[in-house]
Formats: sequence, structure tokens, C-alpha cells
Amino acid sequence: MPENGEKTLKAINKPASFGPDLEIKDYIRNAKALYPCPISSFPEEIVNQSLKVGIKTNGKDRVGTYFQIDHSVVFQDIQKVFEGKIELMSTTDALKKYDWLKDYWWKLIPADMDKYTALAELNWDHGYFIRVLEGQKISFPLQACLFISTDRLNQNVHNLVIIEPNSEVQIITGCTVHPNVQKGLHVGITEFFLKKGSKLTFTMIHNWAQNFDVRPRTAVLIEDDATFVNNYICLKPVKSLQTYPVAYCKGSNSKVRFNSIVVGKGNSHIDLGAKIVLQGSGSKGEIITNAIASDNAKIYSRGSLVGENSNSKAHLECKGLLVSDKAFIHAIPELIGKISGTELSHEAAIGKIAEEQIRYLMARGFSETEARSLIVRGFMDVTIFGLPDALRDELKRIIDEVSKGIL
Amino acid sequence: MDSLKIRDLSVEVDGKRILNKINLMIPRGEVHVLFGPNASGKTSLLMTILGFPNYKVISGEILFKDKNITNIPIDERVKLGIGVAFQNPPVIRGVKLADIIYNFLKNEHDLKKKEIELCEILNLKEEFLYRDLNFCFSGGEIKRSEILQILAQKPDFVMLDEPDSGVDVENLGIIGKVINDFLKDRSGLLITHLGYILRYVEVDKAHVLIDGKIACSGEPIKILDQILKEGYGWCEKCLKMEKKH
Repeated sequence: MPENGEKTLKAINKPASFGPDLEIKDYIRNAKALYPCPISSFPEEIVNQSLKVGIKTNGKDRVGTYFQIDHSVVFQDIQKVFEGKIELMSTTDALKKYDWLKDYWWKLIPADMDKYTALAELNWDHGYFIRVLEGQKISFPLQACLFISTDRLNQNVHNLVIIEPNSEVQIITGCTVHPNVQKGLHVGITEFFLKKGSKLTFTMIHNWAQNFDVRPRTAVLIEDDATFVNNYICLKPVKSLQTYPVAYCKGSNSKVRFNSIVVGKGNSHIDLGAKIVLQGSGSKGEIITNAIASDNAKIYSRGSLVGENSNSKAHLECKGLLVSDKAFIHAIPELIGKISGTELSHEAAIGKIAEEQIRYLMARGFSETEARSLIVRGFMDVTIFGLPDALRDELKRIIDEVSKGIL
Repeated sequence: MDSLKIRDLSVEVDGKRILNKINLMIPRGEVHVLFGPNASGKTSLLMTILGFPNYKVISGEILFKDKNITNIPIDERVKLGIGVAFQNPPVIRGVKLADIIYNFLKNEHDLKKKEIELCEILNLKEEFLYRDLNFCFSGGEIKRSEILQILAQKPDFVMLDEPDSGVDVENLGIIGKVINDFLKDRSGLLITHLGYILRYVEVDKAHVLIDGKIACSGEPIKILDQILKEGYGWCEKCLKMEKKH
């Protein structure tokens, strides 16, 4: 029990500021314990589901892998040559190993923020700890998969990522469920610490089920000359997803970019935000969201830029595409300038596919259906992420595969 | 066989008459040029030939290779061999020139080589194929992108809408030469306001469109000289004469 245990206990019934309120008792806490096993021995359906969220169970082109199924850590390893450069283990192991980690644990996100943070504190089910040691430039990505294989399960992970000074790394996180899972609740707490001069490109792909609820809680602390790039992709139906990550650009010349591509399908309720607090001199931020709503989906696209330094700049952009008359997109951009000299801007546009674009592509020989699908795929163009070529092509393939039949 | 035959074509947009009883015949292998002041209906004629649905055909018909295409969708007309270079193509974010080129060239033996070849012809860098379509393109880049698509499509009949507007002298030379080479053994309809492109492209016949009507047709050089000397007022006089008769 943490120091502020009682406060946390009290928050267990506190609804979140956004998104539909959930009854925690609708989910179960019991999952069969699974034992660690070689990643190559995973059953086919787990391998296939993982691939769709960018997780390669053959470990090819990946420096290290963390794999958690339900409440069990089934695999954690890094390639031999990276030992002493990177640390990757469950946060449970890490907190036992390093006493100093308590200075990072729950330091960016208050455990009593809402019922989901309280839940993650009171019923904590591991999560990954990734630390890249000073001066290491890792060219291939690390991967972490949070998998749910028990129907109705509540999984609460708490992840911690520390990028030590002047190191660079890419991390891919895939969150997904077994094809038999319909309902469940995933709560993911992630705290990122980017030290001076470091760079992290963090790409998260979500692939849930139609009746599944998701409540990630993320915060990032960026020190001098450090850069954080957060890419988020969610293309499959979900019952409700609500997240509002916040990045504190504390250091001078700290930079952050949030890029999101979300597709709302079926009756999905997606409430996706991002907040940037510009504290350091020369700090810069950008939020770019491309949202597509089809069927009866509801998408709220929030964004908040807070300028607290007289030499800071940030831009927020939301593009929404409605492909059904019953779908709904609400863009809510907020700019809060607290000092003169900060430059904050936003642009938002919501609409249907422009007829002019369809006709143009038809004049190039595409049928009307082909033209619409090309435009929608263009809307999910991952080149906005600024990723290395190999990873960009990999994501492009995933999106092409998963996005079939959006219209 | 005629390439394009338009008979008595009248067209409305939003209930307003914009083309009036147009008759136009472009035999196979011939390239015609269409002159006319702003808003005379030049682009509207092109959009109607393509089948853009907001250009409503009130009467008359359009035949292409002896087939009546008046009521078929745009993409089917294109598949019959009609190509177009637009004057003001729309920006389409996330869609690349490469996506469109691929659609035309997917059966090519060496796709990559062909793509590079096309870029070289038009003095474009290969990266150009991977930029968002028409997004932040310069005037000259828009024209070259349109023509590159034509070269990939290889249509039998091609319509070019003001390929010379907003293009600098150096690129005008490149574009003019590429168009002229391409039009050999093909038929086409060239729209030009100022006629610069005619320094490079050989055309067989000219028509002047005034207020949605063809005011006169004839030898291109003579007509262009007359327009440059006297302006389009000269053509309007012709129309008035015609009315008196």
C-alpha cells in the first residue's frame, strides 16, 4: 500500500473527467496463471493477433520483447548484444531490483486521479519497465505486448520507461485480445521519463473487441534537448476508449509530437486527447489527429496546449472524416496561453469525402468505390509519423490489412 | 472513324445554361484547340465530355469512337481511352502520385524503371511521386504532375486544360515538347487562353467558344492572330452576324 493509500482507496468510485463511466464490478479479476515460455512456442492465434499490432513473435528486427498475457508475464528478454545497454523486465521485478525506482513510480500521474488509476494501484498486474542506458543509440525497435485472453477480464498494467541522457530508441507497444474475448477492461498506466538529449519514438497500436473498454493513463516528462514522438493507431471497434496523455516539456528545447490515426467503427465510443504543457525555453509541441468515423461511432478528439514559457510554440491539428450519416466527430481544441511570447495555434476540419476528390480519381480510371477507399487510406497515411522506412512500411502493411472494408 | 463527335450539346449547371447547341467533331489523329475568354464554357465542355455529374446534359449527345458515352460514368469513359490534364486539380492528402501511376502501370514489366523514366522526361525528382497529391505543388509542378499521369495512362484522346497557365518559360518548353511528342498519332483537344503552348504543339483546327456557343472554327494560326490583334470582341461580332442571318 502506497503512502497515500487512503486517498487512493477513496478514488475508487471517482468517475473520470471524460468518457462513459464504467462499473468496475462488471469485470472479473481471476485469470489462470500462465508460466513463462519461449516466445516461439506461442499458439497460432496469439501469434496472428500480435502481428496485427506490430508485435513479431519471431523477434525478427526487434531488440527485445516483453509479453504479458492477462496477469502473467510470459516472456521478457533482450538480444544478448544489447545487455548492459538496455534493461527490459516487468515493473514488479524492476521495483524489487531498484529501490530508487520509487522516485519515478506514480510521480507523473496521481494514483487518485480517477477510479481507473486507483484500480491500477490497488489491483496492479505488472506492466513493462524499459530503461535505455546513457548514450545508447538503438537502431531497431523494442516491443511490448499486452494481451488479454480471458473474457470479461480486468487487466491493470503500470509501465515505466526511462530513457537516460543522450540515448535514442524506438518502442512498439501492441495491445490486443484473443479472438474469443468479447468483453473486458484494460487499464494501462504509463510514465515516461526522457532525460537530457534523449529521443524516444513510441508507437502504440490498439486492436480491441467490440464490447471492450480501455482506459490508458499516460504522462511524459521531457528534459533539456530531449524529443518524444508518440504515435497512436486504433483501427478496430472498441466499446469505449478514453485517454488523455499529457506531456510536460520541462527542459529547454524539449520537443514532443503526438500523432494519432483512429478509426471508429460499429458503436465505438472513442474519446482521445493529448495535452502539451510548454515549460522550458524553446520547447515545442505538435498534436496531429486524423479521425475517421463510420457506422454509429462517436469520436471526441480533444487537444490542449498550455504555454507557460515566453519562448515556446505548439500547434494542434485535427482532421475528421465522416463516412456515415450516423457517425459523429467532435473536435475540442484548447489553447491556454499563460505568458506573452508563447505561440499556440490550432486548426480543425471535419467533413465527408469531397466529391471533387472522388471525381478526380475517377478521371484517372478508378471506380467510385475504389476512389473512396483510396482517399480513406490516404487519410490513414503513416508518413505523418516520421518513422524510419522499415517501420513505416510495416505499419503501412498493417493498416492496409486491417482497414479493408472500412467503407 | 471519328475520335470524338459532339452533336447539339446543351448543358446546365445548377439550372443555369452554360453550353448551347455545341457541335464539334475531332477526327482520329487530329488535335484541335479551343479558344475563348474566361467563363465562356471551355472547362465546362471538358467536364461534360468527361461526365462530371453536376454538368447536366439537357439535349444532344457525345460519341467517342462511335459509342454513345453521354450517360456513362467517368471511369468508364476513361477506360475507353479518354485522358485529361486538369487546370486546377484538387489536393488529396495522403494519396500519392505513385498510387495513381501504379493503377496505370501495374502490368508493366519493370514498373520502377518506367516510373523513373516518366519523372526524367518531365524533369521531376522521383520523390515527387511520394508527396501528397497537389499539396503545396507549385504551378509548374501541378502541370507536370497532370501530364505525367497522361503519359502513364496513354489515352487515345486527351484533353488538356490550360497546360501553359502559370508555368515559367523553361518548364513551358519541356511541357510543350512532351505534349507535342505524345500527341503524334493521337487525337486531342487543347484549351488555351493565351495560346503560348501553340509555339510548341502542332494543332489541326481551332474553335472559339463564346458564351457557351462555338462562334467560329478554322485555321489555328489565323484565328489566334486575329484574337491577339482584336481581342475576343472580334468573335462576338461574328456571333451577332450569325444571329442576323
